[in-house]
Amino acid sequence: MAQIIVKNVRKDFGDFTAVKESSFTVEDGEFFMLLGPSGCGKTTTLRMIAGLELPTSGEIFIDGEEVGQKPASKRDIAFVFQMFALYPHMNVRQNISYPLKSQGMPKAQIKEKVAEVARILGITDILNKPVGGLSGGDRQRIALGRAIVREPKAFMMDEPLGALDAEFREHMSEELRALHDRMGATTIYVTHDQLEAMQMGDKIVVMNHGVVEQFGVPQEIYDWPATMFVAEFIGSPSMNFLEYEGAVNVGDKIAILGDVSFTIPEQLTAASGDLALGVRPEHITLSNSGDYRGEITATEYLGTTQIITVECAHGVVKVRAPAAQPAQVGDKVGVAFNPKTITLFDRKTSRALVSVANKGVLNNG
Amino acid sequence: MSSFSVTEPSKRQKWFAGSLVILYALITIMPLIWIIATGFKSPSDAIAYPPKVFFEPSMEGYVNLFTSRTRLPAEELAALPPSETWYQELVRDNGMVITGPSRYGQRFLNSVIIGFGSTFLSIFLGTLAAYGFSRFKVPIKDDLLFFILSTRMMPPIAVAIPIFLMFRQIGLSDSHLGMILLYTAVNLSLSVWLLKGFIDEIPLEYEEAALIDGYTRFQAFYKVVLPQAATGIASTAIFCLIFAWNEYAFAVLLTSGNAQTAPPFIPTIIGAGGKDWPAVAAGATIFLIPVMIFTILLRKHLLSGITFGAVRK
Ligand SMILES: Nc1ncnc2c1ncn2[C@@H]1O[C@H](COP(=O)(O)OP(=O)(O)O)[C@@H](O)[C@H]1O
Ligand SMILES: [Mg+2]
Repeated sequence: MAQIIVKNVRKDFGDFTAVKESSFTVEDGEFFMLLGPSGCGKTTTLRMIAGLELPTSGEIFIDGEEVGQKPASKRDIAFVFQMFALYPHMNVRQNISYPLKSQGMPKAQIKEKVAEVARILGITDILNKPVGGLSGGDRQRIALGRAIVREPKAFMMDEPLGALDAEFREHMSEELRALHDRMGATTIYVTHDQLEAMQMGDKIVVMNHGVVEQFGVPQEIYDWPATMFVAEFIGSPSMNFLEYEGAVNVGDKIAILGDVSFTIPEQLTAASGDLALGVRPEHITLSNSGDYRGEITATEYLGTTQIITVECAHGVVKVRAPAAQPAQVGDKVGVAFNPKTITLFDRKTSRALVSVANKGVLNNG
Repeated sequence: MSSFSVTEPSKRQKWFAGSLVILYALITIMPLIWIIATGFKSPSDAIAYPPKVFFEPSMEGYVNLFTSRTRLPAEELAALPPSETWYQELVRDNGMVITGPSRYGQRFLNSVIIGFGSTFLSIFLGTLAAYGFSRFKVPIKDDLLFFILSTRMMPPIAVAIPIFLMFRQIGLSDSHLGMILLYTAVNLSLSVWLLKGFIDEIPLEYEEAALIDGYTRFQAFYKVVLPQAATGIASTAIFCLIFAWNEYAFAVLLTSGNAQTAPPFIPTIIGAGGKDWPAVAAGATIFLIPVMIFTILLRKHLLSGITFGAVRK
């Protein structure tokens, strides 16, 4: 059980920088999600924390101790690999007991511990089987068993559900989260699936191109994205951007797009030039009246809700509306935004402009 | 599978393929059977024309292989006390007496020492080198690997003369150590390349898992990589052993007494007692046995290893 601090960590592979100066903190007992598109440096970051890769620069603290240049075997961390990496020449029991053997634990005690872990994971009946013929779910449980049996300081999981089929993923993710809640061990979990990250994580760090874009609790990241990348990557459909040229000053409470003005949270920074007004699909309402108008170009029925695509003067917006709301392709509608939820972005830097609404979130990221 | 399936061969196809394999097996095994049979023929049966397929078995070849004999005049032979063993009897029937054991046993032992010694060394060094090449950033790795391979680009015997001179200079001529080193040097490029291929196939994650589980790099290599490379090691070992075991040219050139292996010795049997083909055949038969046993022991690994990872699990 430990707090993990990653401080200005960087990793170069030759000329290529896989991770640029990244910092975030994982509190003791947190289920922490490392989220980002494929190739953004999640695995590299996780491997540096585990000690399988040494950072080019920067510091990593586990439980207050700087471990950046320590070998993996000295860090007391468990790692669940994407393809599980069960030792193929050992059976289930040997796989799970292997980390205990390295500690020189007496045989009787190992047996006891393995039995206990097997009971927790529900794999008691396959303990003596070879790992070769087992299903993905069982392999996953064995990999978890090998990780938890040792009671390490923290768990690293690299897309642990990636190798399972969709149906089983859901089940396994619940099982994983339940296991974590029961043991309360610090866990860093890598995924490229934003939904998984939102559902499972206590906290999320979003990475892109080797850069930490934002970190915080899921709700904050969803509501107040720090960058346009985060706004687009999280949420489905993603945040809408109305792109415009204009200027905002400190204290502004409206944004003017063309000849229409929108109420926005009070701004705390000034910016001008290429800007974007960001709003989530569920914070848009369509009506027959309203100054800002657009034309419906598509509707997508989702059961209880529907996604209505509306073409406006400053871009296409997707609106999440009740399924019952009448909407015809070709209809001209008025578009209104919930003013409390709007975030402005500077399109040159892709960063969110600070307002009274998001300053609390942006300042900790 | 239905009978129209594209992938499943029909009965006739299977039958045809099976017959072909059997025919091929028969052709390749014929010389072997002939050699084994000749070992149990009498010298006259062995050179009979037309060749004899059915014959009265005789142990003469084996007795001649393992003994030195000398011819005695009939009256001296008659004066001897009665023979104590069946093989003394057999030799006397041909007008000779046994004067002692032949050198075959010792030559055979040389083959075992040199063959298995060089195989062990080739595998030991080859595995370590292959692991290093496979897992670590080695400067000019590709050039080194090419260099290692290039030692196989000419027939090894092309360097026989320089090696002969070198060995004489440093006192390795006709020594076990010299032959072990020589065969190891020849086999090493093969073993490094083959084993690198096998080790490349083993996912890195297994070792990393072991490192995470608290093992050192060497323990991870020893306990996780080696068991999984067993298949590759076994097949590589068989190739190395077969080469060292059967090698003739270097052995003729570099060994004559102390360290002479069986291959150069076996033909010399012919000279010893006229055209003693059964003894030669007996020597060849016994010579085959160790490689056969070794191969059978490793067969389980060999079958999956010989495809070079193509159908690994
Ligand atoms: N050992 C390595 N050598 C060179 N490049 C690497 C190495 N490992 C990862 N990379 C590169 O670093 C980038 C980030 O990789 P990774 O951390 O695996 O991304 P993710 O897990 O987010 O998909 C990728 O572009 C990848 O090609
Ligand atoms: Mg990855």
